Amino acid sequence: MNRHLAAAALLAALSSPAYAGPPDPADPLASVMWDVLRPELFGTAPIQFDDRVTVTAPDNAENAAAVPVMADATALGAVEEMVLFADLNPFPVILRFQPLAAKPVIATRFKVQQATPLRAAARTPDGVWHIGGKLLDAAGGGCTAPPATYAAADWADHVGEVQGRAWAPTGEDKATRVRFLVRHPMDTGLVAGIPAYFIEALTLRDADGRALAQLQTAEPLSENPVFTLEVQPAAGARSLTLDGRDNQGGEVKAAIPLPWVQGTMQGALP
Amino acid sequence: MRALLAFFLLVASAAPGWAAGPLTYNLKPVAIAPDTWVFEGTREHFTRTNGGNILNPGFIVTDDGVIVIQTGPSRRFGEEMRAAIAAVTDKPIRKVFVSNLHPDYWLGNRAFADVPIAALPGTIEGIKSEGQGMTENMYRLVGDWMRGTEPLVPTETVYGSTVVFGTHRLRLIPLEGHTAADLAILDETTGVLFAGGVVFSDRTPTTPHADIGQWLAALDALDALEVTVLVPNHGRIRSDKAAIVQTRDWLSWLDRTLRERAEAGADMAELLDAPIPERFAGMGVLREEYRRSVSHLWPRIEKAVLPRVN
Repeated sequence: MNRHLAAAALLAALSSPAYAGPPDPADPLASVMWDVLRPELFGTAPIQFDDRVTVTAPDNAENAAAVPVMADATALGAVEEMVLFADLNPFPVILRFQPLAAKPVIATRFKVQQATPLRAAARTPDGVWHIGGKLLDAAGGGCTAPPATYAAADWADHVGEVQGRAWAPTGEDKATRVRFLVRHPMDTGLVAGIPAYFIEALTLRDADGRALAQLQTAEPLSENPVFTLEVQPAAGARSLTLDGRDNQGGEVKAAIPLPWVQGTMQGALP
Repeated sequence: MRALLAFFLLVASAAPGWAAGPLTYNLKPVAIAPDTWVFEGTREHFTRTNGGNILNPGFIVTDDGVIVIQTGPSRRFGEEMRAAIAAVTDKPIRKVFVSNLHPDYWLGNRAFADVPIAALPGTIEGIKSEGQGMTENMYRLVGDWMRGTEPLVPTETVYGSTVVFGTHRLRLIPLEGHTAADLAILDETTGVLFAGGVVFSDRTPTTPHADIGQWLAALDALDALEVTVLVPNHGRIRSDKAAIVQTRDWLSWLDRTLRERAEAGADMAELLDAPIPERFAGMGVLREEYRRSVSHLWPRIEKAVLPRVN
């Protein structure tokens, strides 16, 4: 409710003569929600539609409860924040991501309620949001179907379990690929009788506690969400830590071992 | 005037189904063996142009009546099948067999509501639980062709056995892998194998209910049979077992590729556009079915390569 009020207020502010910025470029995906989402997500910050932000996803959602998507803004250079969103989902924002010591690349899976534009926006240090995206067709219903989690009587015993793994750095940027899965029903609150219950925050840290990547996660992420990130831990670090919490106070905590790499230990030897 | 003429020609030629009046599948049975006919479907995915006609349903005319194998994707299809069968023989329909729970195998059942419709127990359970959802999705995919189509659950349970109709001995072979219950039917009298969903021929296999290990075992079981004509449920009918070899090759490649990429740290989204070997280029709906398979098979494979870390 508040969000809608805020959006309406912003919209009013934008359309008033007080707003002096240049007019926005036309939305290449011609979304009916764009005029509402633009102020809600980006306020009055400048935006541009930019092919350098790529969104990889299927044309059709085979499974509306788990659509794979990868957003990549590495072509922009430095990026401070990314937002992944699906215009026509009941909750458009899928996640926000700050790549503090990480490449501006993220992949995950999410629930889709109906055919929708699917987009990634990346904010560069000059404050400009660069937006890429594509259309996703779907039979839909992913946000209002009960999770399969509850079929198991002992599901509550497994919430917060993490499976994860890191791969040795490759390529010129020496980024370490990390993939992890967190057991969680990720309830949207849209299924009758099942309150919203989802992971809100996840942070991946270096061995010394320094945050490498921060995520603010939201309702549309698929049940037992999976993430792929590319981080830059300090040389010689032996493991990463993952911590986070859900909207009911449940905590996520795990340590993901880093693969041993020839030569990285030398500095640490006496 | 010329423009007007061109317009009429365009309407007449470009839109055979809907512009010419009521939708019709224009089904023509092809004789493939003594007493045995097949309606050959396209090697495409469900579209509003083909109306879901992507399957190879068939029938066997016996002295004990007509045996129908699969009823097609819609009520209209089932009705057209029945009319086409009546043009071949005046014998009554004796029984219908449905090979698995996928919608194009049984949504024509309404046209055969007056005769026993037989399927494996797993198929019947699957249609009971998923049939309504699959029907709704078919309306979304092919539209008006589906008009009047409602699920009709098969009425008779069959198991592995040999049944005789007239002079035709039919071996009912229960398999699993393509779905939890796949029925293949070998006519021992003619050597025709209706392979069910287990064999695809120049058409990319579909995997929404697949277990690849079980499926490969099912292919081995069919490979051991003596067959004169192999009717895959999708794709070209063949007088050899090349379609079994092709299906096995595809499933093995698919499973191995997904496992290798998962082990190497790939994300599911990165698999969508992964290269597919040239030898599969002749299979229909290749990239689209490959992508669907990634969606079906990847999550379980991925879980197996991510160790528990808390």
